[in-house]
Amino acid sequence: MLPAALDAYVTAAGHLGNASALHAHGRGARRLVEEARESVAADLGCRPSEVIFTGGGTESDNLAVKGMFWGRRDADPRRRRVIVSEIEHHAVLDAADWLGRHEGAVIDRLPVDGRGRINADVLAGILRESADEVALITAMWANNEVGTLQPISEMSALSAEYGVPLHTDAIQAIGQVPVDFTASGATALTVTGHKLGGPAGVGALLLGRDVPVTPILHGGGQERDVRSGTLDVPGIVAFATALHIAVTEQDALARRLTVLRDDLIARVREAVPCAVLNGCTEARLPGNAHFSFPGCEGDAILMLLDAAGIQAATGSACNAGVAQPSHVLLAMGATGDTASSTLRFSLGHTSTAEDVDALVAALPTAVERARAAAAT
Amino acid sequence: MSGGVDSAVAAAFAAEAGHDVTGVHLALSRNPQTYRTGARGCCTLEDSRDARRAADVIGIPFYVWDMAERFHEDVVDDFVAEYAAGRTPNPCLRCNEKIKFAAVLDRAVALGFDAVVTGHHARLDEGVLRRSVDIGKDQSYVLAVLNRDQLSRAMFPLGGITKEQVREEAAKRGLGVADKPDSHDICFIADGDTKGFLAERIGAKTGDIVDSATGEVLGSHDGAFAYTVGQRHGLGLTRPAADGRPRYVLSITPVSNTVTVGPREELEVTVVHADKPVWTSGTARTEPVECVVQLRAHGETHAAVLVATEDGLTAHLRTPARGVAAGQALVAYLPDADGDIVLASATISGSARD
Ligand SMILES: Cc1ncc(COP(=O)(O)O)c(C=O)c1O
Repeated sequence: MLPAALDAYVTAAGHLGNASALHAHGRGARRLVEEARESVAADLGCRPSEVIFTGGGTESDNLAVKGMFWGRRDADPRRRRVIVSEIEHHAVLDAADWLGRHEGAVIDRLPVDGRGRINADVLAGILRESADEVALITAMWANNEVGTLQPISEMSALSAEYGVPLHTDAIQAIGQVPVDFTASGATALTVTGHKLGGPAGVGALLLGRDVPVTPILHGGGQERDVRSGTLDVPGIVAFATALHIAVTEQDALARRLTVLRDDLIARVREAVPCAVLNGCTEARLPGNAHFSFPGCEGDAILMLLDAAGIQAATGSACNAGVAQPSHVLLAMGATGDTASSTLRFSLGHTSTAEDVDALVAALPTAVERARAAAAT
Repeated sequence: MSGGVDSAVAAAFAAEAGHDVTGVHLALSRNPQTYRTGARGCCTLEDSRDARRAADVIGIPFYVWDMAERFHEDVVDDFVAEYAAGRTPNPCLRCNEKIKFAAVLDRAVALGFDAVVTGHHARLDEGVLRRSVDIGKDQSYVLAVLNRDQLSRAMFPLGGITKEQVREEAAKRGLGVADKPDSHDICFIADGDTKGFLAERIGAKTGDIVDSATGEVLGSHDGAFAYTVGQRHGLGLTRPAADGRPRYVLSITPVSNTVTVGPREELEVTVVHADKPVWTSGTARTEPVECVVQLRAHGETHAAVLVATEDGLTAHLRTPARGVAAGQALVAYLPDADGDIVLASATISGSARD
């Protein structure tokens, strides 16, 4: 956590109080929550009443996808289609698939091009044909694996034209690129704390006031009757603090990371000439560099870099810990082998030029060994 | 690190001895979610979690390696094919031969590691493989298939202590798996129903159960694969033998899908032929060797004279053995006061009585 977020957490945790209670301690806790809400709203360009605090990105995504589906379908039973991009995080993809299996939803997948960018023309086509049947569109702001920024304004224009709500998972974008909820035209937006230097297990769904959403969690109705559960006051305060720092420093960080990232890309290519950069050159998160290393398994390189003190990431792992070929790379048209040969290097506020030096020093041997291992 | 106590303690010993140790759990199922839960297997979600926790406690890095395809081809498919051919395979032996000390070892060496450490109960010192001090838990029988190269990159730190001591060592180190029950069954047969597993893959096919002496058809079966040489129970024969003595499976003939049964003494063999020999030292003995042989996992041993043949080994037993099944390993040991030494291993191909 960012030191300021941690301080805010500890201070808030020292105040006893349930934000729903009516006595003085309760009011004190409530005040901290509402200040945090106003701060989040100011930082993300929305009204405080549009901020629903949740237990993180997964919950926000589930609430948006399932809740908006139920809300829209209940208002008009013809609306059973859910339009989902193929490169969503599993918190979105699996929520939509679940609706397909259990709630009679029809899932339309929005394809991406070879750079991982959603094709808004396909969205326009589906809406032109069957906007009346669409419950919602969900498309992320920036992809978490290959870092490609998505055509949010094109999609929100279509959403407005056809009167179909658009949810966007902006977890990766916030703090890296400017994000303004109202200006974006999105109907709902997911943000989470732990990608911003805040705590894990706290996040928010930004949600327009007039959007019908059926809750997933029923109970005390603490958050606008859309989300129940006693609020995690210190978590929320720390989240808002981290978000504020991330948004305030976004521009400077993006400039610094872009230079560092471009240097990383150039030097990785030089050190390992077979490395293939995935994603988009321009429309890319400043802190993202994502490569394929043909003939290698990403998790073998990961292990060897880890031993050298460098932490990189592959796509994702199943519950047992087995690396899976990335669905994002597959959606971009990669073969299974290529999709398993990838590695992501993420840069953030603590990253330095020395980190890049260390990576470039360790990478050639790691790649060479991983290639030998794959040949066994 | 299977998630069991042995590999956890082996990893701890290796780390404490000053080696740079990385924990690896093998994902062996194509779909881990569908594998059984509980402590019986070696490739469940719970087991990978237990292995990870052990690595945390020991303080070593931990990764899961996906060996599902290799395991399926080299162990599971082989298991089914062997049964279909009327033989009785040992999948743990095959897994050591083809997965742990081949696929995993090769990958590890390519990645820059020197050796594979496992929690097997056997002693290995300068290429000499001996039984564990814990004779009841000894696993040298399923390791004897390893050749000199494989053994040169293997470490078995547990061979010098008993299973009970392994559990004590685990408890001392705060390893949660200290009292985890042993696994016994075949890890890839989720419900322990080997017959059902084979029937699904080989297909039930009715055949005759015939008398070895008269050739008379005594009954029928749903698939010869469900029988093992030496088996007495579950034959489903309604007519007792003329002399009222129990009958045993003597042989299985997959081509005619016949199971041949007869009296106990006909099970007795004194000559065992085996192929695909592995001489632990790397060189075949050309002269006959006085040794003891073991003919199945946890089976009794027989004094024997071992003779190398053109394509394998022949053991001349000093006392008859019963229930010798093709497909099992013949492992020859040189008796030694410091623990019997593995001399050679080969796959039983046939047997006879002198
Ligand atoms: C794009 C995206 N969506 C959703 C999530 C899940 O959020 P959380 O971990 O807060 O549940 C993540 C990662 O954590 C993410 O990167």
